[in-house]
Amino acid sequence: MHYDVGVSQLDYDKSRAIYKQIIEDFQKQLVRGELGPGDKVPSQREYAQKVRVNPNTVQRAYQELERTGMVETVRGQGTFIQADEVMICGIRQQMADNLLDHFLEEMSSLGYSENEIQAKLTRRWTLIKEARIDD
Amino acid sequence: MIEFTNVSKRFGSVQALDQLNLQFSQGKIIGLFGPNGAGKSTAMKIIAGLNQPDSGKVLVDGKKPRQRRANIAFLPEIDHLYGWWTLRQAADFTRSFYDDWDDAKYLEMLSFLNLQEEMKLGKISKGQRAKCKLLLTVSRRASYLLLDEPLSGIDILTREEIVNTLIHDSQEDEQTIIISTHEIDEVERLVDEVYFIDQGRIVVSGVAEELRMEKGMSLVEIMKEAFRHAQQ
Repeated sequence: MHYDVGVSQLDYDKSRAIYKQIIEDFQKQLVRGELGPGDKVPSQREYAQKVRVNPNTVQRAYQELERTGMVETVRGQGTFIQADEVMICGIRQQMADNLLDHFLEEMSSLGYSENEIQAKLTRRWTLIKEARIDD
Repeated sequence: MIEFTNVSKRFGSVQALDQLNLQFSQGKIIGLFGPNGAGKSTAMKIIAGLNQPDSGKVLVDGKKPRQRRANIAFLPEIDHLYGWWTLRQAADFTRSFYDDWDDAKYLEMLSFLNLQEEMKLGKISKGQRAKCKLLLTVSRRASYLLLDEPLSGIDILTREEIVNTLIHDSQEDEQTIIISTHEIDEVERLVDEVYFIDQGRIVVSGVAEELRMEKGMSLVEIMKEAFRHAQQ
């Protein structure tokens, strides 16, 4: 089913703008390689039906995706991924930075210093790796 | 556009609407939210031309609701279909009333909702009857679709089908769809604009996406907060 591409049945966080979550979902699929340059994505109509979201919300997300050059709509043919490797790489870094910012902010609010955070991160990483080996 | 200006309506000792002001934009899906007895149904019936305000002004496209009745499809909360009717008979009955009835759309929605014309309305489940009611309402090409508590007492799968139908329909016809419900959770993703109503007044209103961004809360949470304030 080709038009499942680009649509994941995500459970939206109802306390955040849904159009932003649709954009983030596209970004994640690009970074994970589930969507790539030139792939066809669902029309706005299909997308709204599929995830049961207000059509105007989907339209707003698609407009934003077009404006930032992530997708391109060709009249009579559909909407396609326009993002290239460079752009996807940039999105990946941006997403990682956002996660790190959030992590560091929360850790600082718990009173951890830079050194403590680094030490804790290394120790935690080792633990997780060991747990994986045990599995 | 639908406009209420200082609209009041009283039933005996109950003030159903109290100086209500609102403006529903064109082509949007609008949620009219509030607890039972907040005045939602009264507002809907006034728009449908089935009730008159005691004071204030209600305009639908600049005219009195009664003059616009041909453009308004109303799905009432009560079960208004005869049990001895088949769905086909109910459709024939509705068709005879409205010039904007569209047979092609009726047949399309019939299969979209998995209904059969031979079904006897008294013999099918509550959920299926709710779908029949909805089918008869959306088979008209009305500019305004008013749905009074379309989800109450309906099972989860049927609710999803109803929500799908509304999304389908709003894309098809650029209709203005107004949904009154106290079950906000079900329609969080569906609505463009929301009006929270309590004791006949609007307590909060706005564009759903803007409200989420501004407050960092879901519509359900926003409503709860608004009602806590209103009660203080």
